[in-house]
Amino acid sequence: MPGIYLFFMVQRVNKKIRPIKNQNIQKKADRVFHWLTALSALLILALMIGIFWELLSNSRLAIQKFGFKFLVSEVWNPVTQEFGAASSIYGTLVSTAIALLLAVPLSLAIAVFLVELAPPAISRLVGYAIELLAAIPSIIFGMWGLFVFAPFMAEHIQPGLSKALGFLPLFQGPPMGIGMLTAGVILALMILPFISAVARDVFRMVPAVVKESAYGLGSTTWEVTRKVTISYGLRGLLGAAFLGLGRAIGETMAVTFVIGNDHTISKSLFSPANSIASTLANEFAEASEPLYLSALVKLGLVLFAITILIQIIAQLWLKKIGQSFGGSL
Amino acid sequence: MIVRSAIPRKLVDFGVKVISSLAALLGITILAWILYEVIKRGAAALNWSFFIHLPTPPGLTGGGVANAILGTLIITLLATLAGVPTGLLAGIYLAEFGQHSRLGSLVRFTSNVMMGIPSIIVGLFIYTLLVLPKHHFSGYAGSAALAVIMLPIVARTTEDMLRLVPNALRESALALGAPRWKTTLQVVFRAAKTGLITGVLLAIARVSGETAPLLFTALNSPYWPTSLNRPTANLTVTIFNYAMSPYTDWQEIAWGASLLIMSAVLVLTVVARVALKEVKK
Repeated sequence: MPGIYLFFMVQRVNKKIRPIKNQNIQKKADRVFHWLTALSALLILALMIGIFWELLSNSRLAIQKFGFKFLVSEVWNPVTQEFGAASSIYGTLVSTAIALLLAVPLSLAIAVFLVELAPPAISRLVGYAIELLAAIPSIIFGMWGLFVFAPFMAEHIQPGLSKALGFLPLFQGPPMGIGMLTAGVILALMILPFISAVARDVFRMVPAVVKESAYGLGSTTWEVTRKVTISYGLRGLLGAAFLGLGRAIGETMAVTFVIGNDHTISKSLFSPANSIASTLANEFAEASEPLYLSALVKLGLVLFAITILIQIIAQLWLKKIGQSFGGSL
Repeated sequence: MIVRSAIPRKLVDFGVKVISSLAALLGITILAWILYEVIKRGAAALNWSFFIHLPTPPGLTGGGVANAILGTLIITLLATLAGVPTGLLAGIYLAEFGQHSRLGSLVRFTSNVMMGIPSIIVGLFIYTLLVLPKHHFSGYAGSAALAVIMLPIVARTTEDMLRLVPNALRESALALGAPRWKTTLQVVFRAAKTGLITGVLLAIARVSGETAPLLFTALNSPYWPTSLNRPTANLTVTIFNYAMSPYTDWQEIAWGASLLIMSAVLVLTVVARVALKEVKK
């Protein structure tokens, strides 16, 4: 009996606070809210598919005309309507390779400094500086690269390189500043902050006990770093390098400013070259013929395919090792 | 037992310490070098007419980039209005409804991948979607491209920030009879406020320095941005065009515009980072 009495009382109180009608409205509002959020989430999926579809359908003309020969042909001539992507793909890959070759060891060294060597106050300060470097927009790197760094390369770095390593065809030719090497170096500077930030986080996750035991056995800092820290965090470091690779490969403005934009494949790293992104940035707004436009979109499709592949591998890898590093944070 | 001498090991150790300190020094030097050059050359170009006048042909003094400053503000504002609410909603879905659902993890994965797509590809996409069918460049297309870039960034930071809010807070709000939407927007959002603002600021900072997605969407224009349905002046494409021109007075203006963009982006980033540190504490 008391149970039933209580039930009625609760019913009455319920009615006073919130009439049933209102409750229905709230339920509907909840459903609408749920759907709104789900639609926004689906929009991300739709955009991704949309990007792929738009690039594919707009490059149909070039795909029909050139097929896979597009990827290996070096000819790029808007006048005769002949288009091949080989020089752009080559430029993209080589400039990225230079960037990684320089940025990965440097970033590791910086991360070692931040985690193992520097006193906390200095480590924090240097950390801020590296974070600021990451925030500088690509176009500023381009301005600095074109007007400050390229002349510096031409005057101080390139003559020295050709003197020391001039027997290699890589470092022959006039030191103009503008060219593949400068583009690679600027790319390295741009991805340096990202790789060092991830490497720093990876190093920090090594348990102190493991490091201390190595120190206790009489190891030096370098031995602890090489044998304990790096081997402990190797998989995370690989992920970091992959993130840097993904960033460098599609970087546009900074490269466009300094690479020289020349559609030839040259042995020397000193000579002007081009990359997929720089070709798009330079030529797209001026392309008027449908086939020219379609070839440029196809170039974009190639870049999209490469970056998607890299990103998917990187994300799966990071997911597997249980770390999450966003693209920007 | 053979005892190895400690001297070579210590020498190697010392060498490595020197190298990694030099690497850190190099990073700082590069940052200082860029800041120094941009501030020195940019400050020389800034004057009154830079902020209030329209561009002039090369050779004529007294030109400014007032139209581009206004254009950049409008394009970024519009992108924020489109990208941020959608990003917040998508983030809510990821954190509140789809934590463990298959759709949730698919969207999470896709946004991570999407953040790594070169911005010029997004520009290309918007070109084929909005510019090609209409046969003209427009400020709207520029805003759309920036909004597409913002969407996954805002979604993922929102998710991360909402995740930091303890579940007890949600449960107590729901137990008091609050509907789900009220719980999220009035209780969870309030708890995560600083983090959410940080995410939005970082997203704005990221897109306001973008050039590649505007190159063939908003293009550029020497006139005031009277209609967003036409090519719209903006600072970053102005920098690109002026820097590539052979005229020294235009190159100077490009440096001034660089200083402006760089300061805006850095201030936004620093404010956001400081706030983020507060949240993580």
